[in-house]
Amino acid sequence: MALILTEEQNMLKEAAAEFLEANSPLESFRKLRDNNYKSFDPEVWKGFIEMGWTALTIPEKYGGLEFGYTGLGQILEETGKTLTKSPLISSILLSATAIRLSDNEFIKAKWLPKLMNGNTLMSFALDERSYFDPNTIESTAILSDDNFIINGAKNMVIDACNSDLIIVVANLNNSTSLFLVDTKSEGVEIKTDILMDAGSYSSVIFKNVTVPAKNQLNLKVKGEEMLKSIIEIGAIGLSCEMLGSVQAAFSQTMEYIKERQQFGTKIGSYQGLQHRAAKLFCEIELSKSVVIKALQVIDQKNENLSYYAHLAKAKLGEVLKLISNEAIQMHGGIGVTDDVNIGFYLKRARVIQRLLGDTNYHLSCIAKQKGF
Amino acid sequence: METTTKVDLGNFRTETRAWLEKNCPISMRQPVKSTSDMYWGGRNAKFSSEDQKIWFEKMLEKKWIVPYWEGKYGGGDLTPEENNILTQEMAKLGCRKPLFSFGIAMLGPALLKFATEEQKLRYLPEIVKGKIWWCQGYSEPNAGSDLAGLQMKAQDREDHYLINGSKVWTTYADKADWIFCLVRTNTDVAKHSGISFLLIDMATPGVSVRPIKLISGKSPFCETFFDNVKVPKSNLIGTLNEGWTIAKYLLSHERQMIGGVGQTDIKRDISEIAKEKTKMISGQLEDSLLRTQVSKFEMDESIFELTIQRILDEDKTGKKAAALSSFFKYYGTELNVKREELLIQIGGDESLLWVPNDRNDADAARKFCRSKGNTIEGGTSEIQLNIIAKRLLNLPN
Repeated sequence: MALILTEEQNMLKEAAAEFLEANSPLESFRKLRDNNYKSFDPEVWKGFIEMGWTALTIPEKYGGLEFGYTGLGQILEETGKTLTKSPLISSILLSATAIRLSDNEFIKAKWLPKLMNGNTLMSFALDERSYFDPNTIESTAILSDDNFIINGAKNMVIDACNSDLIIVVANLNNSTSLFLVDTKSEGVEIKTDILMDAGSYSSVIFKNVTVPAKNQLNLKVKGEEMLKSIIEIGAIGLSCEMLGSVQAAFSQTMEYIKERQQFGTKIGSYQGLQHRAAKLFCEIELSKSVVIKALQVIDQKNENLSYYAHLAKAKLGEVLKLISNEAIQMHGGIGVTDDVNIGFYLKRARVIQRLLGDTNYHLSCIAKQKGF
Repeated sequence: METTTKVDLGNFRTETRAWLEKNCPISMRQPVKSTSDMYWGGRNAKFSSEDQKIWFEKMLEKKWIVPYWEGKYGGGDLTPEENNILTQEMAKLGCRKPLFSFGIAMLGPALLKFATEEQKLRYLPEIVKGKIWWCQGYSEPNAGSDLAGLQMKAQDREDHYLINGSKVWTTYADKADWIFCLVRTNTDVAKHSGISFLLIDMATPGVSVRPIKLISGKSPFCETFFDNVKVPKSNLIGTLNEGWTIAKYLLSHERQMIGGVGQTDIKRDISEIAKEKTKMISGQLEDSLLRTQVSKFEMDESIFELTIQRILDEDKTGKKAAALSSFFKYYGTELNVKREELLIQIGGDESLLWVPNDRNDADAARKFCRSKGNTIEGGTSEIQLNIIAKRLLNLPN
């Protein structure tokens, strides 16, 4: 398959760019932050829903557009440019994917339409340590009559503070299972922190929480395999956002060095900056290729999904780190002030590169896959 | 309509594979190891084995030496899609190129774009038949990175040009029959405006060649001297004094070639070599830093390949990205240098061997030294970065 967008995918991307530029430019990110770190703008989210972006990955059977992840990826890439905050990652990229991969028909029929309509917000609770380690899950579920009893402590749960439901990863009989838990259930305690990127991330404690048996996502399918796919698709989706940030931070920096004068000349004329800029350009070209390949691999249900997910998140983590640093350095003094927006990319970079595994984690996975 | 084409391409693939399996000798399916494994043709052409001869002649007869050129120039009239399939099927079987030639990859595209029909009909079929070994005369002792500063003179002497000067880094000039050169035909104008593109027979009186020995111990390059060499005016390609346009066009082909675009030989994974040569502990390389280095290298290598594919795919839609050949050249050669560096690092003592012994051909150390030239030849990495900064990023002067 050619590594280019189809005409429809291109139109979607352009529409997204236009919408976000008009309704949620970078300056809106600042406004939300300064408005007591508001998680998102409900008006903008309504726009997302009206544009059909929440339905892109939902099967037609449940009323969705079944347009594919390559489409969702374009939206995420554009939100990475404007740093638009929305429940798109927690509710759609992670939770709707988890439910789509589930074989529990009851859950799919009930919740996919609601997620798509934006009436219900969900978050995905996986992490239990202060770094990404999906292989060490200590939360437990025990079957008791017609219910599961869930115990455990999760952290880094994106948007849990706004969510109606949380998908919880826990051990059931020594294997991984996923459960849909109402945040209002007794025994659920949510504490939310604001991180460097002005986003809301919660620690969620589950203390003897009773969940109806019908809320288990994996029935015949293996929980481990489901979780692996959610992480892989999630990592690719995050890579899309990172690709957007990389391009935006780079182009804003190029604009700046073309204007800023010192020693009577534009600083962009200095080779000391030009060569670094050219190297960043090369890294962006590479980033675009791995992201589009990874997106296509999801939509083709290709068996190499996990390899390309590792490749994309490893590369984008590296490139976003590099470019978010260079963007500040090339802006000089003004780059470290809160008056300009360029620092937003640096702060988002450090959080998003950690989510679902940083470069080192994914490089190590590639090495493991190749047996070295 | 589309399905018919797909069926046709499917048939083409099946037939191509069958033909290659039938006609490509087994020994021609082994990786190229030394220069004698490559057939370069030329006036003094010698096949190093009977199989090499059979393979070349079969491919020539099939018109697959340059399968994508038009039939009237000796090509096989294949569509880009068919040519892709042929390239892929050859790669799958590991078939060697039947003919190695700068005529195919570099001069050919320039002739197709800038030469007269008469010139095309004269030179292109000779390239296909491997009759003439071409070399390139671009750089000069005082015109390396500043290529347009070249000084080799071609003076108008009514019925011919009189050439005086010298070229350097002329690849295989000691073996080549003809050279395509950039020469200065006007000294009174800005340096880019007085350059012309000229073809010169190396057998002309006044041409002499001296090989240059490299740090690798090998001599793929030469210095080539021109002392009152008379060249017919009909050997001029394109318009007088507009050779820089051709030079830039040709350089972009050369850069893609050096950068590895379209390269079909399969390189062994560095990780496979590392597993074999270094210590493993519970399924992992003991040297954990090396493990990260290798993993990162293979990540970049694999994404670079995706990028070549993506940009070729974008080209097909007509979305031409200018100056991207500089990206390919820069990144591809930097990767290759990293690769050779890692090979020396993980290869152990054997990779340091300089004089071949009965167990080892001492290739690693020499290849490592040779790779140092990759980021210099065809425009240094720094020149490529300049081009990216100026032409793609539009950074100010």
